[in-house]
Amino acid sequence: MLRRIAIGLTLTVLGVMFFAAALTIRPFGEPPSAMDDYIIANSQQETGANNAVSAVVFDYRGYDTLGEATVLFTAVTAVVMLFRKRKNEAAE
Amino acid sequence: MSKIVRAVARLITPAILLFGLYVIMHGHITPGGGFQGGAVFASGVALLIVAFGAGRVEQFLKEHQLSVLESGGGLLFIGLAFAGLATAFFYNFLVGSPIFGHVPAFGSTQGDIWTAGTIPLMNVAVGMKVIAGLSAIMLAMALAASKSGEDE
Amino acid sequence: MNEFLTNIPFLAVAALICVAVYVMMSQRNLIKIVMGVVILESAVNLFLVALGYREGGVAPIFTNAPGTLMVLPVPQALTLTSIVIGVATTALMLSLIMLIYRHTGETDAEKSRRVKG
Repeated sequence: MLRRIAIGLTLTVLGVMFFAAALTIRPFGEPPSAMDDYIIANSQQETGANNAVSAVVFDYRGYDTLGEATVLFTAVTAVVMLFRKRKNEAAE
Repeated sequence: MSKIVRAVARLITPAILLFGLYVIMHGHITPGGGFQGGAVFASGVALLIVAFGAGRVEQFLKEHQLSVLESGGGLLFIGLAFAGLATAFFYNFLVGSPIFGHVPAFGSTQGDIWTAGTIPLMNVAVGMKVIAGLSAIMLAMALAASKSGEDE
Repeated sequence: MNEFLTNIPFLAVAALICVAVYVMMSQRNLIKIVMGVVILESAVNLFLVALGYREGGVAPIFTNAPGTLMVLPVPQALTLTSIVIGVATTALMLSLIMLIYRHTGETDAEKSRRVKG
Protein backbone atom coordinates (compact mmCIF):
# COMPACT_ATOMS: atom_id res chain seq x y z
CA MET A 1 0.00 0.00 0.00
CA LEU A 2 2.81 2.36 0.90
CA ARG A 3 4.54 1.34 -2.32
CA ARG A 4 1.55 2.42 -4.42
CA ILE A 5 1.38 5.79 -2.69
CA ALA A 6 5.06 6.38 -3.32
CA ILE A 7 4.80 5.40 -6.99
CA GLY A 8 1.73 7.62 -7.49
CA LEU A 9 3.38 10.62 -5.84
CA THR A 10 6.59 10.27 -7.86
CA LEU A 11 4.68 9.92 -11.12
CA THR A 12 2.54 12.96 -10.38
CA VAL A 13 5.53 15.17 -9.63
CA LEU A 14 7.50 13.92 -12.65
CA GLY A 15 4.49 14.19 -14.95
CA VAL A 16 3.75 17.79 -14.00
CA MET A 17 7.42 18.74 -14.44
CA PHE A 18 7.84 17.10 -17.84
CA PHE A 19 4.54 18.26 -19.32
CA ALA A 20 5.14 21.83 -18.17
CA ALA A 21 8.60 21.71 -19.76
CA ALA A 22 7.21 20.28 -23.01
CA LEU A 23 4.67 23.08 -23.31
CA THR A 24 6.95 26.02 -22.50
CA ILE A 25 9.97 24.92 -24.51
CA ARG A 26 10.54 26.81 -27.75
CA PRO A 27 8.02 26.17 -30.59
CA PHE A 28 8.60 23.03 -32.63
CA GLY A 29 10.16 23.81 -35.99
CA GLU A 30 12.25 26.93 -35.40
CA PRO A 31 15.61 25.96 -33.93
CA PRO A 32 18.59 28.34 -33.53
CA SER A 33 21.03 27.16 -36.15
CA ALA A 34 24.21 29.23 -36.56
CA MET A 35 26.61 26.23 -36.45
CA ASP A 36 24.43 24.04 -38.67
CA ASP A 37 24.04 26.79 -41.30
CA TYR A 38 27.83 26.90 -41.59
CA ILE A 39 28.01 23.08 -41.87
CA ILE A 40 25.28 22.86 -44.53
CA ALA A 41 26.85 25.68 -46.56
CA ASN A 42 30.49 24.52 -46.44
CA SER A 43 30.66 20.76 -45.81
CA GLN A 44 30.38 19.70 -49.44
CA GLN A 45 33.47 21.68 -50.51
CA GLU A 46 35.58 21.10 -47.40
CA THR A 47 35.08 17.35 -46.95
CA GLY A 48 33.87 16.32 -50.41
CA ALA A 49 30.96 14.24 -49.06
CA ASN A 50 27.40 14.56 -50.32
CA ASN A 51 26.01 13.30 -47.01
CA ALA A 52 26.21 16.08 -44.39
CA VAL A 53 25.41 13.70 -41.49
CA SER A 54 28.35 11.40 -42.40
CA ALA A 55 30.62 14.43 -42.68
CA VAL A 56 29.57 15.54 -39.18
CA VAL A 57 29.94 12.05 -37.67
CA PHE A 58 33.35 11.22 -39.16
CA ASP A 59 34.99 14.58 -39.84
CA TYR A 60 33.71 17.49 -37.76
CA ARG A 61 32.93 15.29 -34.73
CA GLY A 62 35.25 12.34 -35.25
CA TYR A 63 36.36 12.28 -31.62
CA ASP A 64 32.84 11.36 -30.46
CA THR A 65 32.84 8.43 -32.91
CA LEU A 66 36.14 7.25 -31.41
CA GLY A 67 34.56 7.24 -27.95
CA GLU A 68 31.54 5.34 -29.24
CA ALA A 69 33.75 2.70 -30.91
CA THR A 70 35.54 2.24 -27.59
CA VAL A 71 32.24 1.73 -25.72
CA LEU A 72 31.11 -0.86 -28.28
CA PHE A 73 34.44 -2.71 -28.05
CA THR A 74 34.29 -2.78 -24.23
CA ALA A 75 30.71 -4.08 -24.20
CA VAL A 76 31.49 -6.89 -26.68
CA THR A 77 34.57 -7.93 -24.68
CA ALA A 78 32.57 -8.00 -21.44
CA VAL A 79 29.72 -10.10 -22.89
CA VAL A 80 32.03 -12.67 -24.49
CA MET A 81 34.05 -12.92 -21.26
CA LEU A 82 30.93 -13.53 -19.13
CA PHE A 83 29.91 -16.58 -21.17
CA ARG A 84 33.25 -18.34 -21.34
CA LYS A 85 33.57 -21.85 -19.91
CA ARG A 86 36.31 -22.54 -17.43
CA LYS A 87 39.15 -24.63 -18.82
CA ASN A 88 39.24 -27.22 -16.00
CA GLU A 89 35.61 -28.26 -16.49
CA ALA A 90 35.31 -31.36 -18.69
CA ALA A 91 32.29 -29.93 -20.48
CA GLU A 92 33.13 -30.81 -24.10
CA MET B 1 13.08 -24.71 -37.00
CA SER B 2 10.78 -26.15 -39.62
CA LYS B 3 11.59 -26.89 -43.26
CA ILE B 4 9.81 -23.80 -44.60
CA VAL B 5 11.77 -21.42 -42.36
CA ARG B 6 15.07 -23.06 -43.32
CA ALA B 7 14.28 -22.95 -47.06
CA VAL B 8 13.28 -19.27 -46.98
CA ALA B 9 16.34 -18.40 -44.88
CA ARG B 10 18.62 -20.08 -47.45
CA LEU B 11 17.02 -18.02 -50.22
CA ILE B 12 16.89 -14.61 -48.56
CA THR B 13 20.14 -14.43 -46.52
CA PRO B 14 22.49 -13.53 -49.44
CA ALA B 15 20.21 -10.60 -50.32
CA ILE B 16 20.28 -9.29 -46.74
CA LEU B 17 24.07 -9.57 -46.45
CA LEU B 18 24.57 -7.88 -49.83
CA PHE B 19 22.24 -5.03 -48.89
CA GLY B 20 24.18 -4.51 -45.66
CA LEU B 21 27.46 -4.21 -47.59
CA TYR B 22 25.81 -1.78 -50.04
CA VAL B 23 24.65 0.49 -47.21
CA ILE B 24 28.19 0.48 -45.71
CA MET B 25 29.96 1.31 -48.97
CA HIS B 26 27.62 4.12 -50.08
CA GLY B 27 27.65 5.87 -46.71
CA HIS B 28 28.96 9.18 -48.04
CA ILE B 29 26.40 9.52 -50.88
CA THR B 30 23.11 8.13 -49.57
CA PRO B 31 21.72 7.88 -46.04
CA GLY B 32 23.53 5.17 -44.10
CA GLY B 33 27.12 4.48 -43.20
CA GLY B 34 29.17 2.15 -41.05
CA PHE B 35 26.85 1.70 -38.07
CA GLN B 36 23.64 1.29 -40.05
CA GLY B 37 25.07 -1.15 -42.59
CA GLY B 38 26.75 -3.18 -39.87
CA ALA B 39 23.41 -3.53 -38.04
CA VAL B 40 21.70 -4.75 -41.25
CA PHE B 41 24.46 -7.35 -41.79
CA ALA B 42 24.20 -8.52 -38.17
CA SER B 43 20.44 -8.95 -38.54
CA GLY B 44 21.13 -11.36 -41.43
CA VAL B 45 23.42 -13.35 -39.10
CA ALA B 46 20.60 -13.33 -36.50
CA LEU B 47 18.24 -14.88 -39.09
CA LEU B 48 20.81 -17.66 -39.65
CA ILE B 49 21.11 -18.31 -35.90
CA VAL B 50 17.33 -18.52 -35.43
CA ALA B 51 16.73 -20.76 -38.46
CA PHE B 52 19.61 -23.21 -38.18
CA GLY B 53 20.58 -23.21 -34.50
CA ALA B 54 23.65 -21.81 -32.79
CA GLY B 55 25.71 -25.00 -33.08
CA ARG B 56 25.78 -25.06 -36.86
CA VAL B 57 26.52 -21.33 -37.18
CA GLU B 58 29.39 -21.64 -34.70
CA GLN B 59 31.19 -24.06 -37.04
CA PHE B 60 31.38 -21.28 -39.64
CA LEU B 61 32.10 -18.24 -37.47
CA LYS B 62 34.73 -19.20 -34.96
CA GLU B 63 35.54 -16.92 -32.08
CA HIS B 64 39.10 -16.00 -33.00
CA GLN B 65 38.06 -15.03 -36.55
CA LEU B 66 35.50 -12.58 -35.19
CA SER B 67 38.06 -11.23 -32.74
CA VAL B 68 40.60 -10.58 -35.52
CA LEU B 69 37.95 -8.84 -37.64
CA GLU B 70 36.89 -6.55 -34.82
CA SER B 71 40.41 -5.64 -33.75
CA GLY B 72 41.40 -5.00 -37.38
CA GLY B 73 38.50 -2.59 -37.80
CA GLY B 74 39.44 -0.70 -34.66
CA LEU B 75 43.11 -0.43 -35.62
CA LEU B 76 42.24 0.80 -39.13
CA PHE B 77 39.99 3.51 -37.65
CA ILE B 78 42.70 4.73 -35.26
CA GLY B 79 45.35 4.53 -37.97
CA LEU B 80 43.30 6.80 -40.25
CA ALA B 81 42.77 9.22 -37.37
CA PHE B 82 46.49 9.48 -36.66
CA ALA B 83 47.57 9.63 -40.31
CA GLY B 84 46.57 13.28 -40.74
CA LEU B 85 48.34 14.39 -37.57
CA ALA B 86 50.55 16.85 -39.49
CA THR B 87 47.62 19.33 -39.50
CA ALA B 88 45.21 18.08 -36.84
CA PHE B 89 43.90 14.89 -35.24
CA PHE B 90 41.18 13.35 -37.54
CA TYR B 91 42.13 15.66 -40.42
CA ASN B 92 40.70 14.60 -43.80
CA PHE B 93 44.03 14.46 -45.66
CA LEU B 94 42.81 12.56 -48.73
CA VAL B 95 40.60 15.33 -50.22
CA GLY B 96 42.21 16.32 -53.54
CA SER B 97 44.66 13.39 -53.59
CA PRO B 98 44.48 10.43 -56.06
CA ILE B 99 42.72 8.11 -53.55
CA PHE B 100 39.03 9.02 -53.07
CA GLY B 101 39.84 12.60 -53.87
CA HIS B 102 37.19 14.16 -56.13
CA VAL B 103 35.32 17.20 -54.82
CA PRO B 104 31.71 17.45 -56.06
CA ALA B 105 30.18 20.63 -57.45
CA PHE B 106 28.10 22.73 -55.06
CA GLY B 107 24.40 21.92 -54.68
CA SER B 108 22.32 18.94 -55.77
CA THR B 109 24.56 16.54 -57.75
CA GLN B 110 24.26 12.97 -59.02
CA GLY B 111 26.50 11.27 -56.47
CA ASP B 112 30.04 10.05 -57.19
CA ILE B 113 31.55 7.19 -55.15
CA TRP B 114 35.12 8.33 -55.63
CA THR B 115 34.75 11.37 -53.33
CA ALA B 116 35.03 12.28 -49.68
CA GLY B 117 38.57 11.39 -48.66
CA THR B 118 38.94 9.27 -45.53
CA ILE B 119 35.19 8.97 -44.91
CA PRO B 120 34.55 5.77 -47.01
CA LEU B 121 37.59 4.07 -45.44
CA MET B 122 36.35 4.98 -41.95
CA ASN B 123 32.91 3.60 -42.92
CA VAL B 124 34.50 0.26 -43.84
CA ALA B 125 36.49 0.15 -40.58
CA VAL B 126 33.47 0.91 -38.37
CA GLY B 127 31.37 -1.54 -40.43
CA MET B 128 33.83 -4.36 -39.75
CA LYS B 129 33.81 -3.51 -36.04
CA VAL B 130 30.01 -3.46 -35.75
CA ILE B 131 29.54 -6.68 -37.79
CA ALA B 132 32.02 -8.64 -35.69
CA GLY B 133 30.84 -7.16 -32.39
CA LEU B 134 27.11 -7.74 -32.82
CA SER B 135 27.65 -11.25 -34.26
CA ALA B 136 29.89 -12.20 -31.31
CA ILE B 137 27.30 -10.95 -28.79
CA MET B 138 24.44 -12.86 -30.45
CA LEU B 139 26.47 -16.04 -30.88
CA ALA B 140 27.66 -16.03 -27.23
CA MET B 141 24.12 -15.56 -25.89
CA ALA B 142 22.59 -18.19 -28.22
CA LEU B 143 25.25 -20.77 -27.33
CA ALA B 144 24.73 -20.18 -23.60
CA ALA B 145 20.95 -20.52 -23.97
CA SER B 146 21.14 -23.75 -25.98
CA LYS B 147 23.71 -25.35 -23.66
CA SER B 148 21.66 -24.63 -20.54
CA GLY B 149 18.58 -25.95 -22.33
CA GLU B 150 20.38 -29.29 -22.89
CA ASP B 151 21.56 -29.62 -19.31
CA GLU B 152 18.08 -29.60 -17.76
CA MET C 1 -4.28 25.90 -26.79
CA ASN C 2 -2.13 26.51 -29.82
CA GLU C 3 0.91 25.19 -27.93
CA PHE C 4 -0.75 21.79 -27.54
CA LEU C 5 -1.03 21.44 -31.31
CA THR C 6 2.42 22.66 -32.31
CA ASN C 7 4.48 20.89 -29.61
CA ILE C 8 3.04 17.39 -30.06
CA PRO C 9 6.47 15.63 -30.44
CA PHE C 10 7.66 17.09 -27.12
CA LEU C 11 4.42 16.01 -25.42
CA ALA C 12 4.97 12.50 -26.78
CA VAL C 13 8.48 12.49 -25.28
CA ALA C 14 7.10 13.53 -21.88
CA ALA C 15 4.44 10.77 -22.02
CA LEU C 16 7.03 8.12 -22.95
CA ILE C 17 9.30 9.17 -20.07
CA CYS C 18 6.41 8.89 -17.59
CA VAL C 19 5.50 5.42 -18.94
CA ALA C 20 9.13 4.27 -18.68
CA VAL C 21 9.52 5.50 -15.08
CA TYR C 22 6.27 3.75 -14.10
CA VAL C 23 7.45 0.46 -15.65
CA MET C 24 10.84 0.68 -13.94
CA MET C 25 9.33 1.32 -10.51
CA SER C 26 6.38 -1.06 -10.41
CA GLN C 27 7.47 -4.30 -12.11
CA ARG C 28 9.15 -7.18 -10.31
CA ASN C 29 10.38 -9.33 -13.18
CA LEU C 30 13.93 -8.37 -14.15
CA ILE C 31 13.33 -8.51 -17.90
CA LYS C 32 10.40 -6.11 -17.66
CA ILE C 33 12.60 -3.64 -15.79
CA VAL C 34 15.07 -3.83 -18.71
CA MET C 35 12.20 -3.09 -21.08
CA GLY C 36 11.50 0.08 -19.09
CA VAL C 37 15.11 1.21 -19.52
CA VAL C 38 14.87 0.62 -23.29
CA ILE C 39 11.68 2.73 -23.51
CA LEU C 40 13.47 5.55 -21.67
CA GLU C 41 16.39 5.44 -24.11
CA SER C 42 14.00 5.56 -27.09
CA ALA C 43 12.24 8.60 -25.63
CA VAL C 44 15.53 10.49 -25.27
CA ASN C 45 16.56 9.64 -28.85
CA LEU C 46 13.19 10.92 -30.11
CA PHE C 47 13.73 14.17 -28.21
CA LEU C 48 17.17 14.67 -29.76
CA VAL C 49 15.89 14.18 -33.31
CA ALA C 50 12.80 16.35 -32.76
CA LEU C 51 14.97 19.25 -31.55
CA GLY C 52 16.60 19.61 -34.94
CA TYR C 53 13.59 19.90 -37.23
CA ARG C 54 13.13 22.93 -39.44
CA GLU C 55 9.65 23.66 -40.84
CA GLY C 56 9.48 22.52 -44.48
CA GLY C 57 13.02 21.09 -44.56
CA VAL C 58 14.35 17.98 -46.32
CA ALA C 59 17.04 15.49 -45.29
CA PRO C 60 20.58 17.05 -45.26
CA ILE C 61 21.88 15.02 -48.21
CA PHE C 62 22.97 16.70 -51.44
CA THR C 63 22.45 13.71 -53.79
CA ASN C 64 19.37 14.62 -55.90
CA ALA C 65 18.16 16.93 -53.13
CA PRO C 66 14.58 18.09 -53.73
CA GLY C 67 15.03 21.49 -52.03
CA THR C 68 17.51 23.86 -50.45
CA LEU C 69 16.05 24.25 -46.94
CA MET C 70 17.60 21.45 -44.89
CA VAL C 71 17.07 19.96 -41.45
CA LEU C 72 19.93 20.38 -38.92
CA PRO C 73 22.46 17.51 -39.24
CA VAL C 74 24.25 17.71 -35.84
CA PRO C 75 21.40 16.33 -33.62
CA GLN C 76 21.12 13.33 -35.97
CA ALA C 77 24.82 12.59 -35.49
CA LEU C 78 24.47 12.74 -31.69
CA THR C 79 21.43 10.41 -31.84
CA LEU C 80 23.48 7.87 -33.81
CA THR C 81 26.02 7.68 -30.99
CA SER C 82 23.25 7.42 -28.40
CA ILE C 83 21.57 4.49 -30.17
CA VAL C 84 24.81 2.49 -30.32
CA ILE C 85 25.52 3.09 -26.63
CA GLY C 86 21.95 1.95 -25.85
CA VAL C 87 22.58 -1.32 -27.70
CA ALA C 88 25.77 -1.93 -25.70
CA THR C 89 24.03 -1.24 -22.37
CA THR C 90 21.05 -3.49 -23.19
CA ALA C 91 23.33 -6.38 -24.25
CA LEU C 92 25.25 -6.20 -20.95
CA MET C 93 22.07 -6.00 -18.84
CA LEU C 94 20.51 -9.01 -20.57
CA SER C 95 23.65 -11.14 -20.22
CA LEU C 96 23.81 -10.31 -16.49
CA ILE C 97 20.17 -11.41 -16.14
CA MET C 98 21.03 -14.72 -17.85
CA LEU C 99 23.86 -15.27 -15.34
CA ILE C 100 21.57 -14.44 -12.39
CA TYR C 101 19.03 -16.98 -13.66
CA ARG C 102 21.71 -19.63 -14.07
CA HIS C 103 23.04 -18.97 -10.55
CA THR C 104 19.82 -18.69 -8.52
CA GLY C 105 17.03 -20.09 -10.68
CA GLU C 106 14.79 -17.02 -10.26
CA THR C 107 14.00 -13.97 -12.36
CA ASP C 108 12.21 -12.07 -9.63
CA ALA C 109 13.97 -8.98 -8.33
CA GLU C 110 13.02 -9.60 -4.69
CA LYS C 111 13.66 -13.35 -4.52
CA SER C 112 17.11 -13.30 -6.09
CA ARG C 113 18.71 -10.85 -3.69
CA ARG C 114 20.73 -13.36 -1.74
CA VAL C 115 24.03 -14.17 -3.47
CA LYS C 116 25.27 -17.58 -2.38
CA GLY C 117 28.85 -18.76 -2.54
